[in-house]
Parts: sequence; C-alpha cells; structure tokens
Amino acid sequence: MANLRDLSNVACIVGVDESDEMGTLPHKSQLSLHVEAVTNAVRDAGLKVSDVDGIFTAGQHSPATIGEALGITARHVDGTTVGGCSFIIMVGHAVAALHHGLCDVAVISHGESGRSQVGVSPRRDTAIPGQFEAPYGFGPAPTMFGLITTRHMHRYGTTLEQWAQVAVSTRKWAALNPKALRREPLTVEDVLKARPVVYPFTVLNICLVTDAGGAVVLTRADRARDTAKKPVYVRGLGEGTEHVSLTQMKDLTFSEATRISGDKAFRMAGVGPTDFQHIMLYDAFTSGPPIMLESLGIAKRGEGVRFFEEGRSTPGGSLPINTNGGGLSYTHTGMYGIFPIIEAARQLRGECGPRQVPNLRTSLVNGMGGMLSAAGTLVLSNEA
Amino acid sequence: MEIDRPLPNPMTPEAKPYWDGLREQKLMLPKCGACGHVFWYPRVACPRCHARSIGWIQSKGRGTLHAFEIGYQSFNKAFKVPTPYVLAMVELAEGPRMLSNLINVEADPRKLTCDMPVEVVFSKLTDEVTLPLFQPAGR
Repeated sequence: MANLRDLSNVACIVGVDESDEMGTLPHKSQLSLHVEAVTNAVRDAGLKVSDVDGIFTAGQHSPATIGEALGITARHVDGTTVGGCSFIIMVGHAVAALHHGLCDVAVISHGESGRSQVGVSPRRDTAIPGQFEAPYGFGPAPTMFGLITTRHMHRYGTTLEQWAQVAVSTRKWAALNPKALRREPLTVEDVLKARPVVYPFTVLNICLVTDAGGAVVLTRADRARDTAKKPVYVRGLGEGTEHVSLTQMKDLTFSEATRISGDKAFRMAGVGPTDFQHIMLYDAFTSGPPIMLESLGIAKRGEGVRFFEEGRSTPGGSLPINTNGGGLSYTHTGMYGIFPIIEAARQLRGECGPRQVPNLRTSLVNGMGGMLSAAGTLVLSNEA
Repeated sequence: MEIDRPLPNPMTPEAKPYWDGLREQKLMLPKCGACGHVFWYPRVACPRCHARSIGWIQSKGRGTLHAFEIGYQSFNKAFKVPTPYVLAMVELAEGPRMLSNLINVEADPRKLTCDMPVEVVFSKLTDEVTLPLFQPAGR
C-alpha cells in the first residue's frame, strides 16, 4: 500500500534564482525571463543546463516551449496550471517524478511579463466569468478577493487597520532585501489613506505587478550531496483544489484547498502546524496570509491577523513571515508561487544577510491559486 | 440607451432557460430532478449527486448580501457604470450564491452590511439580455 511518507526527504532543492532583472522590463519577453531564471538556478546548483531532463512550468508556456528555448530534450514534463501556487504544487510533482526515476534533474520555471505584458496572450474558457461575472464589473483579482475579505470582517470583526498591519510587517522585511522593489518605510495610516481601488482594499493592500522570472532545481537526495550548495530537503508536500468561481466556495472565510494541502504536507513531514520557525505565504492581498494561517490550523479562526498585529511576523519576531518582502513589496508577476520557494531555500541555506532568520531548521511554504481556489504546501528543511 | 456594461459572452446552451427566464422577469435556477439540489451555475450534471435530470425552478428573488465590495474604478473598458458602485455576492433564499450588483443604495461601506436582506430587480440591457440586479429588500 502506498505511503505518503515514502516521498519525505527523497529529493532536495539544490538550485534557486530569479531572472537577471526584476521590475518593469518592457525590453524582455516572457520566454527570456524563463531562460534567465533557469540558467541562473542551474548555475546556483553547480550543474549544467544539459543535466536537466525534467521540465515543469505553469501559465502561458508549455514545458516543451521552455525546453526548446533552453536547447534541452526533456524526458519528463509537467504543465499543471491551477493559478499562482502551481510552482509550489510542482515541487511535489517533481519529488514524485525524481523518486520514481522519471527524471534525474528537475527544473521548475516561471517567467511572466505581468507589468509590461510582452508576449502575453489571454486564452482561456470564459463561459463562467464572461457570462456570470463580467456584466457586473467583476474581473481582476481585487474584485474577487475583496468578497472573501468583507465576509471575514463581518464574521470575525477583523478591521481595515488589522489588514494594513500585514502590509506594514511585510514592508519591514522588504527593507532588508536589496532585491525588493518597495523598501521605503510604511505605516498603517499610509495603507489606509492610499488610493482606494475596491473596498476593502486601497492600492497598498494589493500586491505589486511586475515582470520577473524565477526557477528552482531539484534532484534526488543521494545526488544532492554533490551539488554546489547545502541541499534543502523536501520533507512534506501537499496540494488541493476546491473551486474556481467564488460562488462555489463553501465558506468564504476558510480555504478548504489550503487545509487539505497543509494536512497532507504536515502528515508526510511528521510535524504539526505550530512547528515552524519561518513561514512563506502567498500575499496577493493583505487579507490572504491571515486567512491562510487560519486554514492551515496555525492560527485559530479569525485570529490569523494577530500574528502581524502583535509583531510576531516581523524582523526579530518569534515567527518571521514573508521575509523576502512578499508579493506586497518584493515582486509579484501574477503567478507569484516560485518566489516564496526561492526565499525559503535561501533562508534554510543561511544566505539572507540582514534578514536571515537565526538557527532555522524547518520552513513552511504555502500558496494559493486563484481566489484560495487551489493550494500547495511544502515543509522544507536543511536536515534530512 | 447606451449599454453601460459588458454583455454576457458567451451565452452557453446550458444557461438558455436562465437567459430566457430573465427576458420575462423571472429568475430561474437549475434544480436536480433526482436529489432536489438547487444550484448555481447551470451545468449538465448535478454537482451534488451527478444525475443528469436537471430541471428549473423560479426563484422568489429574495436573499441576503453575503459579501460585498465597492468599486472605485472600472476594471473593464465596457463597464461604464458610474463609480462608486457595489459589487455583490448574493445568497438566494433557495440556497445558491450568485454575483451581481447592489443598486438603489449608497455605495458607502458604512451603509452596507453582510447578511442584509436584498431582492432582485430586473435590468433590461437589450432585447436578448436582461440582468438580475439586487436592491435592499422592501424598498
């Protein structure tokens, strides 16, 4: 009988990096962002691009396109696209593929011209949003995630000031990351008084929109001992999906996909939801991370925002969250999920300078796809 | 009158009884003939028991404001409703939730509360398309 724990610690993240530049890049196509990220991450691992035989990517490009651009003939590919967390989910898919010998060196690649829209083409089935959402003004993510947020405020009494604390905490980390786009100090009042976009969000409750790429290289644990950097073990992994249209979400204040993905990852890793010293969460909106903490069982329902309000999440706090500066202040291309993996790996290797979390052993990565529709969770460790 | 919103596109065959009903000022909802589940959005199989015998019932058009937002800008060139406007998720008394706008109300978060009672208002856009909008109940 199959046992989830058979996949624990069998593969490692051995290389991570972003594209050469991040921010506003009208001179670069999405494919270039992929190629830069992959070549950088492979170099970080001390491997050659020709060593890669498994290609994983989500979004607008098929893995075949990435392989062709890199001159790789892949023997294993995966293009699962369930929103921004797809790259987190793919770490799990890569671990399974490596374990079973479907490939030996897996690369997960992201490249997105989210701001400049170079080479971006919208191609998807619009039957549900085009018919039942667009006529009322619904469309981009802020017009959806706000519904989750006002329902949470109604049910738990969460306030605009509390959501703003998430942006403030995250900006404090961004100030310590030279790669973060927004590093100037931020106050709760700045967030509340910023340009209103869609209530309950001002523009500072909403992530950045940037152009960037990122990539993660994995290999089996036995081979990882020979790579350039300290290996980061994938100790637990999980994924889940619940809905796509928000009208189909059972409880707007709780993500069932997140719960399922977390339960599976924690069980595989043999850890509990409160066993982490560092957490990376997908912060497309300030209300996201608190609701993810609640859905993962790390916070009681309605109380996730206290981690930010009480300073536990900030530099020097007891549970650092989003130490790269997050989608809110570091970078957010559209499908952000590769970047929290990169940061968790760097933290576990001890490479983060002024923002390094001391004595770190175990890190949690959790991300959403769509509007808490899909989720991926990883338990990562620098020890087997 | 100028059409101030994107027209529904595509209008799928599964939703034809819904769009036909709206033209006659009726809010129609799919209902499973096997298990009785009333659901949204229209599809060929019941999302609860997966039977294919889908019928339709007329909603009483009453429900509650399950969640809301206030739009301070338009996110679509074709959406020209003056700002601010209320984006609404309505929970119908029959059970399903749908997205719409709340109208005939001040678009001010202090004037709106989740779970307030709402009722349907039919808004004819073209000869083919009438949309179900909502307003505070008992206006």
